Amino acid sequence: MIGEGSHSTNQRRHNYVQENVEVGFFTDPTVCIGCKACEVACKEWNQVPDDGFTWSGNSYDNTGHLGASTWRHVMFVEQDRRKGNQIVGSHSLGNGDGDPSAGASAKAEDPFRWVFLSDVCKHCEEAGCLEACPTGSIVRTEVGSVLVQNDVCNGCGYCVVSCPFGVIDRRPSPLPDAGGAFKCTFCYDRQKSGLVPACAKVCPTESIVFGRLDDLRAQAAKRVQQLQEAGYQDAQLYDPTETSVRGIHAFFLILGEPEAYGLPPKPQIPTIYLKSAWTSAFATAIAAVIATLCAFAFL
Amino acid sequence: MAEAHPVGFRWAMKAKERGATIIHVDPRFSRTSALADIWVPLRAGTDIAFLGGLIRHLIENDLFFREYVVPYTNASCILSDEYRDPEDNGDGYFSGWDEEKRAYEDDSWLYKGGDLSRPERDLTLQHPQCVFQKLKRHFSRYKPEMVEKICGIPPQLFHKVADALVAASGPKKTAAVCYAVGWTQHSKGVQIIRAAAILQLLLGNIGRPGGGILALRGHASIQGSTDIPTLYDILPGYLTMPHKGDETLQQYLDNYTKKTGLWSGYPKYMVSTLKAYYGKRATAENDFGYSWLPKLTGNHSFFEFLYDMLDGKMEGMFLMGQNPAVGAPNSRLQRKALSKLKWLVVRDMVEIESANFWRESPEIDRGELKAEDIETEVFFFPAAGHAEKEGAFTNTQRLLQWREKAVDPPGDCRSEAWFMHQLALRLMAKAKASTDPIDESLRALDWWYPEDELGDPNMEAVLAEINGWYTDPVAGGGDSGRTDGIVFGRDREGNPHHGKQVNGFAELKADGSTASGCWIYSGVLGRDGENKANLRKSKDYLGHGWGFAWPSDRRIIYNRASARPDGSPWSEQKKLVWWDSEKWTGIDVPGFVKGKPPDYEPEVGAEGLDAIPGDAPFILHEDGLGWLYVPKGLKDGPLPTHYEPLESPVSNELYSHETNPAVHWFTRSENRYAPPGDAKFPFVLTTYRLTEHHTAGGMSRFLSHLAELQPEMFAEISPELARDLKISNGDYICIVTLRGAIEARALVSRRIRPLHLDGKTLHQVALPYHYGTAGVVRGDAANDLLTISGEPNVTIMEAKALTCNIMPGRLPRGRAFAEFLNEYAPQSGLTDLHPEQPAKGGEKMHSHAQEGKT
Amino acid sequence: MASLTALLSKWPLIRQIRERADGTGLEAMSDKTRAMHARTDDAQVAHSICPYCGVGCAQLIFHKDGKLISIEGDPESPISQGNLCPKGAASYQLLTHSRRETKMKYRAPRAKEWTEISLERALDLVADRAWESRKRTFVHEQNGATINHTTAMCHLGGATLDNEENYLIKKLFTAGLGMVCVSNQARI
Repeated sequence: MIGEGSHSTNQRRHNYVQENVEVGFFTDPTVCIGCKACEVACKEWNQVPDDGFTWSGNSYDNTGHLGASTWRHVMFVEQDRRKGNQIVGSHSLGNGDGDPSAGASAKAEDPFRWVFLSDVCKHCEEAGCLEACPTGSIVRTEVGSVLVQNDVCNGCGYCVVSCPFGVIDRRPSPLPDAGGAFKCTFCYDRQKSGLVPACAKVCPTESIVFGRLDDLRAQAAKRVQQLQEAGYQDAQLYDPTETSVRGIHAFFLILGEPEAYGLPPKPQIPTIYLKSAWTSAFATAIAAVIATLCAFAFL
Repeated sequence: MAEAHPVGFRWAMKAKERGATIIHVDPRFSRTSALADIWVPLRAGTDIAFLGGLIRHLIENDLFFREYVVPYTNASCILSDEYRDPEDNGDGYFSGWDEEKRAYEDDSWLYKGGDLSRPERDLTLQHPQCVFQKLKRHFSRYKPEMVEKICGIPPQLFHKVADALVAASGPKKTAAVCYAVGWTQHSKGVQIIRAAAILQLLLGNIGRPGGGILALRGHASIQGSTDIPTLYDILPGYLTMPHKGDETLQQYLDNYTKKTGLWSGYPKYMVSTLKAYYGKRATAENDFGYSWLPKLTGNHSFFEFLYDMLDGKMEGMFLMGQNPAVGAPNSRLQRKALSKLKWLVVRDMVEIESANFWRESPEIDRGELKAEDIETEVFFFPAAGHAEKEGAFTNTQRLLQWREKAVDPPGDCRSEAWFMHQLALRLMAKAKASTDPIDESLRALDWWYPEDELGDPNMEAVLAEINGWYTDPVAGGGDSGRTDGIVFGRDREGNPHHGKQVNGFAELKADGSTASGCWIYSGVLGRDGENKANLRKSKDYLGHGWGFAWPSDRRIIYNRASARPDGSPWSEQKKLVWWDSEKWTGIDVPGFVKGKPPDYEPEVGAEGLDAIPGDAPFILHEDGLGWLYVPKGLKDGPLPTHYEPLESPVSNELYSHETNPAVHWFTRSENRYAPPGDAKFPFVLTTYRLTEHHTAGGMSRFLSHLAELQPEMFAEISPELARDLKISNGDYICIVTLRGAIEARALVSRRIRPLHLDGKTLHQVALPYHYGTAGVVRGDAANDLLTISGEPNVTIMEAKALTCNIMPGRLPRGRAFAEFLNEYAPQSGLTDLHPEQPAKGGEKMHSHAQEGKT
Repeated sequence: MASLTALLSKWPLIRQIRERADGTGLEAMSDKTRAMHARTDDAQVAHSICPYCGVGCAQLIFHKDGKLISIEGDPESPISQGNLCPKGAASYQLLTHSRRETKMKYRAPRAKEWTEISLERALDLVADRAWESRKRTFVHEQNGATINHTTAMCHLGGATLDNEENYLIKKLFTAGLGMVCVSNQARI
């Protein structure tokens, strides 16, 4: 619901960290206006440097993808599909509606839509980056978010290849703190002080909603139903709970298929393949230890 | 709206969530279109044809809100028999045209008998000379098929819009119209807004919650700089600047005071302004210093004096927070004009193009200008930012909001207030030492403001003066606790300066006993000493308790119209202000005399507000009615009429005259127009803003966090046009007009659609206008391509509808540019290529813009 | 076997695995992470308004020891309810970025570069220029009518400035100096 103002979970102070409440972002592209305030607010608060001044030619998206210096990324998806019951010029009128009175200029059904979606680190329940990090730099916080501790990170880059979403990256020279791995912090510093992450707080249409994960999931389910009833037949949630990421803290409503937004339909953390290997190795090691202990015990 | 006013669009989205329909009318599919229920693409510059079609639809099908229209608008007023409509001859002219002056005599547009205060009315709307019948006839040919021919909007889509509007009209519903410079920057910009006003009045959407015509303004205080104008033709509060011939104060007041309505208070507002300007030196004996005010001798607007700059007749310029080298039309000419000044003061936060044109500009690059030849002395003063000074902005809804100062500005950065104060002190010291009579106005200027240790004048003291006070100083200057109604009271030296604050403009007097720097702002700092622009506790959905809306903290003006003629609300959903059997009351501050009953009938000869009937909400008008038809005050006709843009690929389908007859063409060899249908310039050109940038870029192109989001100049074209011209997405292309050529990357998208007009396919090209040669990201300025033109009423340029051509490839740099331009846009020959354009010097009403004027 | 389980469960490693405290939770937080908090916590706040477009979104300007800390939306505003657009969100950078000019600059006629000059000196020179231009071009009377104006000095800009500043501009330039060529972005 837009317009709750200071009562909105995007504005009011909270104690989620102190109360160990799992939080999340629910991002809804059907109200996103593609303004990129989230990208800027994130960079302003977190003092993230610019990410290059390259024009992409890909719609209005000159950000490209998430990375070490881009922790929010608004996608601009132009598709020859219809968005709900939207009437786009004469394209959705004419013969498609079976109206013989359509003017000569009204073409047959010729749909078009422009969808904006603000992407961010998913803060996976089982996080590939965290699993892969050998230094203990990446930790899970009280609110369930995944945080890179840059004072601990040694820049090995294992996390980079372990993220199923391609979110985390090492920052290249000559940018500040080059070499280290960076990604969305879920504004952990703000959250500790009871503040809402900068991107959600700034969002003019509350396309990004911050709040308790449980509440958001309920809200999202309702929203999908509401949209489907309103003609958005391809509205669905992107919240992979069945795969090895076991759910994400930043989940999305999407129109159409996840691939159109660069989202893997079945994201897996690479370490699940390693896990079986590590588990057997670990078991062997434990067995060896126990055997040794036993050997000592019987001495 | 989503594109340029994203947080404003929050409320449109909120309305959508509650079931509202959003209709977006725009040549290009923007971020707003993406969220709209209906996107209506149209040919740029044809808005009056579209709106006129809707007006006709409402009238012909009897779909207008009759209960509202009959009592509250001038639909029933009888017009003079002399009135002739463009329909009469099909030529596009109203009665009163003077070809010699290229202007209208507007006497024949008046109501019958010439009296605007008590018009004769026919409430059945059947009288052949009544406004309603004239309106009906005026738009009778604006049929859906004609709308399609002119605008490219198919009838089916037209009907979707019409149905949605009609569904949102009536006692229980309202609809709002939001617009920005996409409607104003046309050769008939004022008439486009007028067409929207007619539509909204017919639908009963003015003065009611959720209704209105909302201008979305593009700068933080562009509304404020109109209310308290840095404009040539008005004084604060929309008082008229005196003209040559308004010799005495009495003559001036006689010319501009209305007998009835709120403007009957004109002498009070004017004398109080003079008292604010000249303080105790303004006396009844010297006409309150009226003669010191400069008198206008013609149109002194920016484009007029720009031509003086070009001709070397302008010595000096103060440029404060504006960047004409990028942001103003025909910017090649703008930069050239700057180089002709003797001296130039630039105040900005960064080194904008208008500050360094002598060092870095396309003209320097092309060898057209050389630094060693440019005589201009340039003073660059670094400016303080919004957090480094206190003061109020007035936002787009007339709301004054105060900013507290957070920190001192860095280095040499200072506020404009500091600059004006320090400059005033120096100039007044010179005047004091002089005996020249022309310096009397400076000697008389009341510059009393207390200052702080940085030498900044106290901004609340200035606000106190704007609000107004009783001029008689109180002995001792009052207490310091603001408990006696005096907020400042003492001047910089500690001398008693003035008395109690006034609480509103109703207290102002014409005898010199009050001063007020801007009468419509009166009430913002009254006797309670509370700076209401700094209120921060919103109490209701209209935001009362947060800031101060002029006038009198009224959030919706003309809100008497939110009640039925009998004073009861139109409906429970839409109640705002109503009559409670003794007085007007409600959620908003009533915009009506508090105790005037709904059935009040003025006596014959009544004056002022007493002459406004109890069911006439539009109290600024002499008749208290909403004007479907404007009997006085406009320069280009009492009704909006479709004219083609000054540059158009097609001819006018409705009238034999192509363009607005009263427009200013600013004919000059560097400012030429392509004639209608010129095959050399086959495409429609329109310009626009991006969310990520701000106007001419001084506040965005220099910031990495914004610059990286839209780092390069591009042009939006359709896949169909790209195919025709063999252009791929991302290719470099040149866009050419008679004024110049620029380079951009092609952004090929279905968001731009070819239009089908009468079997003919027409392409439109859309350009963002933010780029220039300074900053983190650079690019060519779209405004290099535009013409300088002047809408007849307000002298705004036509920036949204021109013609152009596209050449694939890079734009030649350096001296090769001139050759390139000349090949595609021949630079010699006639200056008046358009058949309806006067030759240079042919616009006799102008005081400045004549090449070679002495 | 039970005693073995009890024994093993005392091992930190095993405990971490069982409790999911696997060295990736709070126990792995560095001192810096533990000490994290919003840098606005101990800042002062000034109530302000966004300087970009005409919507008028409210901002909270956090500052400390005369330095800006952060700028964000004010949730109490009935207009913006705590939100900002990307430009408003960039307001902190607007005031603090490295390309901002903080030095007075002067360009002499025909010069190819800027030169440094003090604010006071620049003001004196500007006052001189305005005074001289006015003296040269002021017209008291035209065809018998009083006009008291000059059209040879002009002003441009104002839509980005405060009302009070625009008031002082009009008061000095028009009512004081007699300049009629005063204009701004609001040519509507």
